[in-house]
Amino acid sequence: MRVLVIGVGNPARQDDALGPALAEQLEKLAIPGVTVDADYQLAVEQAAMIAEHQAVIIADADASGAEPFSWKRCAPSRTLDFSSHGVSPQTLLGLAEEFGGKPTPTFILGIRGYQFGSLQEGLSTGALRNLAAAQAFLEKLLREPELLESLPATPGIAEEIRSSRA
Amino acid sequence: MTTATSSRRVVIEPVTRVEGHGKVTLLLDEAGKVSQTRLHIVEFRGFERFIQGRPYWEVPVLVQRLCGICPVSHHLAASKAMDVIVGAERLTPTAEKLRRLMHYGQMFQSHALHFFHLVSPDLLFGFEADPAVRNVIGVAQKYPELAVQGVMMRKYGQEIIKATAGKKIHGTGAVPGGINKSLTEAERDEFLKQLPQMLTWAQSALDLCKRYTLDHFDELASFGSFSSSHMSLVRADGAMDLYDGQLRAVDEKGSVIFDQLAPGDYASRIKEEVRDWSYMKFPFIETLGPDKGFYRVGPLARLNTCDYIDTPRAEAERKEFRKLAGAKPVQATMAYHWARLIELLHAGEKIEQLLNDRDLLSSERMVRGGQRRGEGVGIIEAPRGTLIHHYKVDENDQVTMANLIVSTTHNNEPMNRAVKAVADRYFDGRPVTEGMLNRVEVAIRAYDPCLSCATHAMGRMPLTLTVIGADGRELQTLTKEG
Repeated sequence: MRVLVIGVGNPARQDDALGPALAEQLEKLAIPGVTVDADYQLAVEQAAMIAEHQAVIIADADASGAEPFSWKRCAPSRTLDFSSHGVSPQTLLGLAEEFGGKPTPTFILGIRGYQFGSLQEGLSTGALRNLAAAQAFLEKLLREPELLESLPATPGIAEEIRSSRA
Repeated sequence: MTTATSSRRVVIEPVTRVEGHGKVTLLLDEAGKVSQTRLHIVEFRGFERFIQGRPYWEVPVLVQRLCGICPVSHHLAASKAMDVIVGAERLTPTAEKLRRLMHYGQMFQSHALHFFHLVSPDLLFGFEADPAVRNVIGVAQKYPELAVQGVMMRKYGQEIIKATAGKKIHGTGAVPGGINKSLTEAERDEFLKQLPQMLTWAQSALDLCKRYTLDHFDELASFGSFSSSHMSLVRADGAMDLYDGQLRAVDEKGSVIFDQLAPGDYASRIKEEVRDWSYMKFPFIETLGPDKGFYRVGPLARLNTCDYIDTPRAEAERKEFRKLAGAKPVQATMAYHWARLIELLHAGEKIEQLLNDRDLLSSERMVRGGQRRGEGVGIIEAPRGTLIHHYKVDENDQVTMANLIVSTTHNNEPMNRAVKAVADRYFDGRPVTEGMLNRVEVAIRAYDPCLSCATHAMGRMPLTLTVIGADGRELQTLTKEG
């Protein structure tokens, strides 16, 4: 299975860097069948990339979600939130479906962050802890990507994957 | 989306399909007519503090984090300023041409993206069409070839940026005094192979936009329109130059206000006014004063200031475009789109010229040994308009001062005027509809403001419209989750 992981965020905006930080770590692991991409925002050309893969994981900082991270399946939608400065996962997925002619299973890994207000490099202590948990979860998942379809949404996602491997 | 009753004060927050935290406030009089408009834009603040104390050579990399959609513009403007700091204003031919290739790749992808995915839904379906249809997926379904072209053109430009600047998040292509990577023959050949298709698509998009503009010009000419001065870089011979040159400004009649103003002298002509209701400053041309000295930047301004374009197909299109207003500058806000697509074609032609230049393959990438200076200004024509980077560096190589004027700041007053013009025409006291709001956004999107685009984390971008009565009561609220 060919899986695409996209880490989204700005390394200079505190915990907004969670997505690219995860992507950087995954790239070092060089897991077979896994393509890793990172950008400040999601962008339309990634629709073409999505259509070329069998599953997609979008890793992003989450300002208010579950700790240490949330996991949910993304459904395509038609929204007016599109701008030249970014596109929502839902719109991107809808566009990818038009290009690929079929839906691509897409999941959002929302890593809980806490500090976003300043122009400052470096993750907060809490975000670092959550990043480690998200990385451990994702690494296991990417080594057995067939589990992707069977995982429920948060809560309890980390336990789900552990038990599925037991 | 939630709605309450009628209104005196209308707040749109933020502006949909314009990224980040923008807010439009319409102040209505007793009769429900618009008495004042205010476009609030949240700027990326704190950059000066972030950059102070950093070694100057880090700056071209750090500034890319100001904007995720056009990091190349900040990267190159900062690099040009640092060229001055290291005494290397005249780069090697290879370095200058590779930077130009990077810049035209950026221009190509940005203009293509803007047209296909921000503008085409409005043009193809109409300003007041059902939002469920009037979006990029609607375009992909009804005009699949257009959507594919938009994505592939964006991808082409991005690939050029990757080949010249490196990674998307940590691009390091340009460095003070030059560039650190040449193009390989294989990269060049691949770009050349795809180029004819890109030029065909660029022309096709331009034809579509031109036809639409001319067919609807009776309505579009006055939509969000007003008269203003215009400013951009031009080459010494008056040609359009998006990477380098001197500043030229023309007034609303087309008369030159100043010309061949060196980048380092920008502050002698351009001042910035502060208004108590906005964090964003309002630049103006000093000789005209704060009330009359506002000016526009970006594609429309560049088409109005230059004497000609040095690529044949874009020059033929420029001549046709300028016929819209005779000898005077074109003032229609909606003409930004047509102008932008002329630049898209121009960028494609420039890419073709550069790719056929063997200097791109040379290893002569750096100038060294120049006279070290303590202050440098770099100006570039970014996709959305003139971008000024100004730095001071101390004897320890640390940055002590940074001042940036981005295109959205130059266009602050013009955007406010565009919103006012639309509101005057379409807001008449009736409850605000999505179609009416979209007309306001159509005017703003013509300028494509770069808002505070750095933080986008999930759950942080609700879209809200609030209507507040003269007595301060909240009367109408529209919320769209982003």
